[in-house]
Amino acid sequence: MKKKVDLYCKLQIANLKMLINFKRILKAGWQNFSRDGGIAVATIFILVLAIFLVSTIFLSKDISQFLIASLQEKADISVYFKEFVLEDDILKIKEKLSQVPEVKNVEYVSKEEAIKRLVAKHPQLIESVQETEGMLRLSSLNVNVFEANQYQPVMNFLESSNFKDYIDKVDYYERRPVIERIFSLTSLFSKIGISLSIVLIITAILVTFNTIRLAISNQKEEIKIQRLVGASNWFIRGPFLVQGAISGLIAVLITALIFSSICWFLSPKIEFFFAGLNLFHLFIKNFWVLLLIQFASGILLAVISSTIAIRKYLRV
Amino acid sequence: MIKFQNITKIYPTHLQAGYPTVALGNVSFEIKEGEFVSIVGRSGAGKTTLLKLILVEEKPTKGRIFFEGEELSKLKPEKLPQLRRKIGAVFQDYKLLASKTTYENVAYVFQVIGASDLEIARDVPKVLEIVGLQDRANNFPAELSAGERQRVSIARALIHRPKVILADEPTGNLDPYNTLDIIKLLLKIHEMGGTLVLATHDKEIVNSLGKRVITLEEGKIIRDEEKGRFIL
Repeated sequence: MKKKVDLYCKLQIANLKMLINFKRILKAGWQNFSRDGGIAVATIFILVLAIFLVSTIFLSKDISQFLIASLQEKADISVYFKEFVLEDDILKIKEKLSQVPEVKNVEYVSKEEAIKRLVAKHPQLIESVQETEGMLRLSSLNVNVFEANQYQPVMNFLESSNFKDYIDKVDYYERRPVIERIFSLTSLFSKIGISLSIVLIITAILVTFNTIRLAISNQKEEIKIQRLVGASNWFIRGPFLVQGAISGLIAVLITALIFSSICWFLSPKIEFFFAGLNLFHLFIKNFWVLLLIQFASGILLAVISSTIAIRKYLRV
Repeated sequence: MIKFQNITKIYPTHLQAGYPTVALGNVSFEIKEGEFVSIVGRSGAGKTTLLKLILVEEKPTKGRIFFEGEELSKLKPEKLPQLRRKIGAVFQDYKLLASKTTYENVAYVFQVIGASDLEIARDVPKVLEIVGLQDRANNFPAELSAGERQRVSIARALIHRPKVILADEPTGNLDPYNTLDIIKLLLKIHEMGGTLVLATHDKEIVNSLGKRVITLEEGKIIRDEEKGRFIL
């Protein structure tokens, strides 16, 4: 019984000591940060740049997806139907086409809708359209696929189907060069975007790591002294990690503020050029994910960099 | 308490044309608990290396060092802080934490050993009073004179009542008035039962102490006397 009580007391004391040490590490981390002055400001500045870059890359992924999708939408083929074909038949064909695995989207454009679109696009043609109504336009299905090379299977499907007699014309062979060009361009844009993002993220990580490494190398003499007076590795490392976390936290808050302001300010201007692309709406939609990414990139970057940078000075 | 067994320490050269430096060559001696031992010798005789070996700041090239029966070269890295907590070190260049105040420098060692806040608040001002720095508690090392810094270093070395105090030229940068103060302080610690190892090349101090003197010359012990004098 006495042994159990002794063991319990020892455990309680060990827990208490751990708690005291934790409190001291937090306090020392805050003290180091508040006394670091210019170095702390420089670290935060670099972290803000890194987090800003990561956030921009994250958001530009959505923006580029939007732009690529809108560009790819233009690379469609139209299946024009003969005048006698009824709308119900066309809708049935649409249903069948939608089931083709390569097909991304099928849109039905009635004869009236086609005229409306033509007039909207070229208002000066309104009179001549009225005169020639019914002659210029046919009902059609606009078909989008996922990849440029997927149009040929769709063509094969159309040519071998039992409704091929309903089809007046498919503009695939005319539009083929343009379609292939659009798809190769968008694929190039995606590849450049991904490569650029990777290079920028690596640059941000290296710059941040080096800034923190330099800040810690300034403290190498202090770390050595702490080792010589008997401090354990965690008692030395702890305050640096806390300091890194504080810098990361402040950097995240600053970045979030700057980033949201920029999105809010630029949103109407961007929407003017790219209709349907609302940057602020995109920011709000992704707010929590973005904040999580900012916290992860800011705090983790600072803490991991501090851990790596401090390691070699602890070998005294 | 401390035992050196055929210790050799050679610092390698980083230059192709250079020669390695033999800081200590086959040195053996023992220091018993409660002893006051002065290690004397010219600059470069190996005094600082000897203290660094006890503190495991350096490792011997050959030989074995024992501290309380434990062989230091076999000590696991995670046990090193525990050994160092048993030693109070006064360094020639003070080695104070520049970002901490006098009070925080002294309290740091106490925190390291896991003392409670109450103990820290009770003992640190007392020790600062002993070394005469109670009015400089909130000053950073850069704001202190050489003598004051050395006294902070001593306060830090004795705050946690270590088993042994290593003092490397503690009066090297001080004027005679401060030197006397520091030596009186070290003697007081010794009278209270502490083991002291003092490395110095100050002839007057060593002769006035009348304690054991180990004399080093070019890394070798040339004399080890119970009530020795500074003879070179």
